[in-house]
Amino acid sequence: MELVLVCLIGILYASGMYMILRRSMVKLLLGILLLGNATNILIFLLGNLTAGKPPVIPPDLKVFNDIYADPIPQALILTAIVISFGLTAFAIVLLKRVYVLVDSDDLDDLNTPEEEDI
Amino acid sequence: MRSTILQTASQYLLPILLLFSFFLLIRGHYSPGGGFVGGLVASIAFVLHSFANGVESTMRIIRYKPMSLIPIGLGLSTASMLLPLFFGKPVMTSLWVPEQLPVFGSVGTTLFFDVGVYLLVVGVVLTILFTISLFSE
Amino acid sequence: MLALVPGVLFSYFVQKIPEIGSGRVLFESTPWVPALGVSLGFRLDGLSLLFALLITGIGVLIFVYASSYLKGDRYLDRFFGFLLLFMSAMLGLVLSNNVILLFIFWELTSISSYFLIGFHNRDEESRRSALTALSITGLGGLLLLAGLIWAGNLAGSYSIGDMLNHAEVIRQSAYYPVILILFLAGAFTKSAQFPFHFWLPGAMKAPTPVSAYLHSATMVKAGIFILARFTPVLGGTALWQWALMGVGGFTMLYASVLSLAKRDLKGVLAYSTISALGVLTFLLGLGTDYAVVAACVFLLAHALYKAPLFLVTGIIDHETGTRDLTRLSGLGKALWPAALAGGLAALSAAGMPLTFGFIGKDLIYEATLHYESGWAWYLTALAIVTNVGLVAAGFLAGFKPFTGKVQEEFRHLHLPPALLWVPALVLALLGVVFGLFPGWAGAWLTEPAVKSIFQQYVPVQLKIWHGFNTVLILSLATLTAGIIIYLINTPRFRKSEFITVLERIRPGVVFGWLFIRTKQFAAAYTNFFHDGYLRSYIIKIILFAEALLIYELYRGGPFSVDFSKLSPVRFYDVGIVFILVGALYKTLKTSSRLTAVVCMSIIGYAICLLFVTYSAPDLAMTQFTIDTLTVVLFVLVLYRLPPFLKVRNVKIMVRDAAISILFGGLLAVICLRVLLEPTRYNISDFYAKYAYTLGKGRNVVNVILVDFRGFDTMFEIVVLSVAAIGVYSLLKLRLKASEKE
Repeated sequence: MELVLVCLIGILYASGMYMILRRSMVKLLLGILLLGNATNILIFLLGNLTAGKPPVIPPDLKVFNDIYADPIPQALILTAIVISFGLTAFAIVLLKRVYVLVDSDDLDDLNTPEEEDI
Repeated sequence: MRSTILQTASQYLLPILLLFSFFLLIRGHYSPGGGFVGGLVASIAFVLHSFANGVESTMRIIRYKPMSLIPIGLGLSTASMLLPLFFGKPVMTSLWVPEQLPVFGSVGTTLFFDVGVYLLVVGVVLTILFTISLFSE
Repeated sequence: MLALVPGVLFSYFVQKIPEIGSGRVLFESTPWVPALGVSLGFRLDGLSLLFALLITGIGVLIFVYASSYLKGDRYLDRFFGFLLLFMSAMLGLVLSNNVILLFIFWELTSISSYFLIGFHNRDEESRRSALTALSITGLGGLLLLAGLIWAGNLAGSYSIGDMLNHAEVIRQSAYYPVILILFLAGAFTKSAQFPFHFWLPGAMKAPTPVSAYLHSATMVKAGIFILARFTPVLGGTALWQWALMGVGGFTMLYASVLSLAKRDLKGVLAYSTISALGVLTFLLGLGTDYAVVAACVFLLAHALYKAPLFLVTGIIDHETGTRDLTRLSGLGKALWPAALAGGLAALSAAGMPLTFGFIGKDLIYEATLHYESGWAWYLTALAIVTNVGLVAAGFLAGFKPFTGKVQEEFRHLHLPPALLWVPALVLALLGVVFGLFPGWAGAWLTEPAVKSIFQQYVPVQLKIWHGFNTVLILSLATLTAGIIIYLINTPRFRKSEFITVLERIRPGVVFGWLFIRTKQFAAAYTNFFHDGYLRSYIIKIILFAEALLIYELYRGGPFSVDFSKLSPVRFYDVGIVFILVGALYKTLKTSSRLTAVVCMSIIGYAICLLFVTYSAPDLAMTQFTIDTLTVVLFVLVLYRLPPFLKVRNVKIMVRDAAISILFGGLLAVICLRVLLEPTRYNISDFYAKYAYTLGKGRNVVNVILVDFRGFDTMFEIVVLSVAAIGVYSLLKLRLKASEKE
């Protein structure tokens, strides 16, 4: 299964990067989200996959007596997911404002002409 | 977007979802859940209600501006973080009430911290979404 | 009022004279960067004291003068700020006892002088000469730093005191010539020695108080200062002597001749200053007792006559609005105090008996005459020619504008305010006082300075009258020749062939060419890397990262995957991945915004399912809720926007696809690579072990979030609040602003 996930990570990164290189601002944002998802899976994968053993200590025990899924990547990813929501919200509102001001979704329209001879 | 079925359903879903989120919050220490998830579920409950009945009526239910939840949550978390200082312990040491309560289990500063996170998440999500939907109209 | 600052400092240093005069050296040190051997170490010895007195003493007068000269200027406060900064940097420079500290102050003087020279920043010429001065002195400063660090490493310490003790080690090192060249590059650029002299005449664009302060008494003398300071460390070798005498000798001759060809008053003064700096370098190069004494005396004398000449020039410029020597004449009556100051200063510059300049000039001849080799007479001749030029230049600046017939346009001049002419007069009179009582200056100022240059006691006795000897005859001859040259040096004669030839030797041209080329290169470089398109920035960064990654992977060598350790592939996992990839494909292909957003959410839910199957219930719940909210967010904002742009350029798409696939592939390979590393679970085990016993919780993820790593969560919620406030202000505040309109 790890190999499948590794391929998946590769595909997610590749498509995220491809989206970032588009001219549309919305695609840029979607690309960033894809990269974020890819990274989450990457971290998750590095904590070793464990099926059906959540990191919750059984009610009658004080410590685990069985194997358990690694809790640290989970804590990290949880944080990352929530933060990414904040990022998305801010970025999307920014995008909206730009759209209202420039009336375009095209990144190239944001360029101000620069002085040619410095 | 107004549909009678959704409107009626959301009337009942709101309290149920809120109860569920509250449960997620306080049982978070023992089973999956916690402040973040609880807060998110609670905000989804409100968002659902606002979809069915409009943002204004949801705001009327909450009564306060969702933005005011942000300082409250942040303040609660900070307070529970600083509380150990008054007992001569380093910041963020967890303090516990000795007895176990029936539903809550052990009650301590970490629970208050989680409640702060819960309130803040609700505040943040609702502020963002309501501001945007009011702006779009 | 601001003049109080240098005033107080001046009186502090004056009060230290007896103590330093008795041969003591004061130290003050605070560790700063102990790991690098850099300390805030200061030393006050004779040499420092002489410079400190010049800096603060002339500083007082300049502050007074400038407050009147620049009265009403919009940026007067800024000007005084820069001036104070410069003064402090200069003081720090002469007092520092650590070479790194010395370098920092050195650069500070360059930077603050940049602001001062370019003070009239609306004038393009002014900006350019400021930049020239900064780049020349800054470049020299860097070379100096290299030399100083090298010398410091040889001596085993960056403290100047320690370097004095280890002078032999440095001098006998095989790297000594390189160190010396680096060091001299710094000193020569700062002190405007040929071929770096051209920045100084350019710097005359500065307001006159700045010229008077920086280019007569302080900044340009910094080069002389470090030459003197490091004489005990680096000096005394044949290379040192030849370099200093050669460069100094040529500079003093070249500049003194050139100064006579100038029509601009400040130009005359600039070149005669360069010449005087050449004399000082030359004397330090001679390195005999006489020469060093002469250098110290001449340093003081020069500051005392050059500063008033500059100030007088400033008064003339201020009152008449011109500095053109062909137009100025007969101002003596209207501007009598300035004429008096200028006259006295010019006499001192000419070395007229009973002025301090006379004593300086005497000592120069003594030094060259007593140089024990066959060169003595050649050197003396060189000194005489230079001095003749200096005499004529002094008269040109101090007498010419005030004598002769009054021009019609200047007939109605008024006496300038006292604040303008008093400083000039004070300095000029001081030159005469020191000339009448040279014993004072000798015992108090010169002797301790000479002692710190030689690191041993050398008696200095300055006298007005040395008796009727060769030196006196030479002095008088110089004076006569100078006066004759002054008289025949009319504007017509000035344009003679000889001078134009000299004018052609202009290293400034080379520098200007280099300057423009560097700028062109910088512009081309910037335009290549900063074309303003986000995509091309990202492509460059990613390509570079990819190259690095490929190189690293290549170095790591081949690796193989152990399939037995991997977990089995289950059919519903494959199903999830298929859904995910399908949604991904659709996201890339679709031209509808809404479809893209829906597909994104499908990807999110698929990931959520992955979390469910691999024991992460908390993650699954979070991912699910966040995904739902994100869709809501997108739909709220984006459903009114038009569909995606139809920009189809197959070439670009193929290029981007290639870059992206390479990127994804590389990351996948790295990911595999990391998986093969043995994992350590120490931290996870710690959390698992103590989650219940310490954290009283069974859900380890939640315990980590609220207890073990509570600080991280704390900051995370702060970030969230900031995002919410950001969104709110972006929409609400702009709304209100547009409502107002």
